[in-house]
Amino acid sequence: MLSGGDILIRCLQEEDVDYVFGYPGGTVLHIYDSLYKQNRIKHILVRHEQSATHMADGYARSTGRPGVVLVTSGPGATNAITGIATAYMDSIPMVVISGQVQSHLIGTDSFQETDMVGISRPIVKHSFLVRDARDIATAIKKAFYIATSGRPGPVVIDIPKDITNPTELVEYDYPKQLTMRSYSPAAKGHTGQIKKAVAMLLEAERPMIYAGGGVIQGNASDELRELTQMLNYPITNTLMGLGAFPGTDRQCLGMLGMHGTYEANMAMHHCDLLIAMGARFDDRVTNTVSKFCPYAKIIHIDIDPASISKNVTVDVPIVGPIRTVLAEMLDIARPKMAKRTKTQLARLDEWWDQIEGWRKQDCLQVTPCEDGTTIKPQEVIQAVYKVTGGTSYVTSDVGQHQMFAALYHPFDEPRKWINSGGLGTMGFGLPAAMGVQMAYPDEVVTCITGEGSIQMNIQELSTCGQFALPVKIINLNNRALGMVKQWQDMQYDGRHSHSYMDSLPDFVKLVEAYGHVGFKIESLDELEPVLQEAYSLKDKLVFVDVMVDPEEHVYPMQVAPNGSMRDMWLKKGVRT
Amino acid sequence: MRRIISVLIENEAGALSRVVGLFAQRSYNIETLTVAPTEDETLSRLTLTTSASDTQVEQITKQLNKLIEVIKLVDLTDGEHIERELMLIKVKASGAQRAEIKRTADIFRGQIVDVTHNAYTIQLAGTSDKLDAFLRAMSESVVLEVVRSGVSGLSRGEKVLAI
Repeated sequence: MLSGGDILIRCLQEEDVDYVFGYPGGTVLHIYDSLYKQNRIKHILVRHEQSATHMADGYARSTGRPGVVLVTSGPGATNAITGIATAYMDSIPMVVISGQVQSHLIGTDSFQETDMVGISRPIVKHSFLVRDARDIATAIKKAFYIATSGRPGPVVIDIPKDITNPTELVEYDYPKQLTMRSYSPAAKGHTGQIKKAVAMLLEAERPMIYAGGGVIQGNASDELRELTQMLNYPITNTLMGLGAFPGTDRQCLGMLGMHGTYEANMAMHHCDLLIAMGARFDDRVTNTVSKFCPYAKIIHIDIDPASISKNVTVDVPIVGPIRTVLAEMLDIARPKMAKRTKTQLARLDEWWDQIEGWRKQDCLQVTPCEDGTTIKPQEVIQAVYKVTGGTSYVTSDVGQHQMFAALYHPFDEPRKWINSGGLGTMGFGLPAAMGVQMAYPDEVVTCITGEGSIQMNIQELSTCGQFALPVKIINLNNRALGMVKQWQDMQYDGRHSHSYMDSLPDFVKLVEAYGHVGFKIESLDELEPVLQEAYSLKDKLVFVDVMVDPEEHVYPMQVAPNGSMRDMWLKKGVRT
Repeated sequence: MRRIISVLIENEAGALSRVVGLFAQRSYNIETLTVAPTEDETLSRLTLTTSASDTQVEQITKQLNKLIEVIKLVDLTDGEHIERELMLIKVKASGAQRAEIKRTADIFRGQIVDVTHNAYTIQLAGTSDKLDAFLRAMSESVVLEVVRSGVSGLSRGEKVLAI
């Protein structure tokens, strides 16, 4: 016989949870007392519940295991909402436990009451309101199963305080198995469809592989690499898919979409066969849907049937786990490789020649500032890549620095690039980096941010001190909300309505006040040496405040509205 | 095009709000909605009508299927089906009007289920079109109150929606 609070903690232990990111409050006090009485699960006390969800998210993205959050009712729950929505948009496995007011007070507008199940409903994969201590174990078991299977996502478990009361003991039995008649994600793809897709792949003259975050989430990077290399086809990764295929590989054309590379977007536009995998044809990828890939037959592999033909109608849908589908494709395609005709191979060579021609455009070329001292934001990313050897985990916030990081820092491995792609949550970067650092204490973790984003969750510098998290924060400081300003430059005749930040803090002094190390870089010649020093301080959180050229824009940038994939601005005033 | 979608969902608190929320969230429209427990008390059957193009209805059914509590669903308008809606209509009925209203109700196979000196309450079941037609026919009289149940339906023949 156990109390509801003890049952909850026991269940988390059964699920091998090592970290819980949370913040105590009235309705979760019983649960916190149960946490106190054990030492298997480590609790990370955050400074704001939004950060708890982003930390759990960073932990989940880097490890593939669900992140766990514990918050109190009312404001604790509502503060967690942004992080839950972030995880939902990027299909990240997460279990959020929120306290609720006592059962008899629900619906009476009692202190710190909010309808968490209602508020979170559109941004969760599923949610539970537990009404009896005897139901806690099943709810937890189901929550972890739902969060991690099929298309992953966040699950909320709302628990009224009286259910966890230490004086009310009930039988505890953690379910070994689970059957849910209403939920059974596809276990494998349809073989007929897979065969059809392989046949189309082999017959294509101008094939293109478009791989998204689902490949990473579905742990299918090895299969993707093998298939792509065996076929010798060009591949582009989405913002969420960077690292799914090695970014430095010859076959990788880089990111596609609104800020995709010239070669990736041109190849997309001209291909005659597109195979999309674990990607969802987001509006930031397709540009104008009616002009998307006009010559292509489209194959789409996804675990979520609702992703298929949602934005773009596809010719061959395959619903199933990406890893098993790709493995089956490999098995079917392998014996057919030797049978490709000379004509077919010659056509593929022609396609590659065309792509290499686009590549010569060198769309990511950086022109250093004429004064020799002003730092271009791209140069900072390149320097970080050089100094770390490209091996660190990189999280980012949202805005220009995010796009610069995505474009100028290639990722050769999955789960190393961590950013809020779908929701675009400013304030994500630092707490996400902390979650990664907790999962991998011995790895280097970089947070690329801007002076706008970092201030949205800067209070977590305190948490970093408490838990000794040596994250390296690279602040691309352009004294402006760069992406907003870029749009205002391009679409509003340079009227910078409220996109400048006056009275920024002295970031070096600020981080020092939190007990960390800060550097400020104002000149190009300092960039590499200071970054070297920053990364050499292995046990310290180092904040590097880099003053960058405030006039810089992110290019390429697709022309919108009404543009196709190939319509891009290549630099200021220059378009395709 | 008008669609009738019939859904079997877990008979649990919150399940209905997820269905309704989904429609609001993705700006699908709901014209009618009825829901009640089935002979298996762990299940509810929900029937809704919506106007949607083929692509929209494909998304609607896929998104509904994604809801964890949705067990099975069918778009009844995909095949031959029977649909019924119940309407109760209270009309002012006095003097010479009474006979006329009674005749019209008979033509539509409606039943007068409540009578006062000045009013009739008529019950009518049928397709939504039939109920609309009856309402139009009644427009001469003074309609005091109308309540409609929303559409329920099932497939013709031996096809069933069951688990």
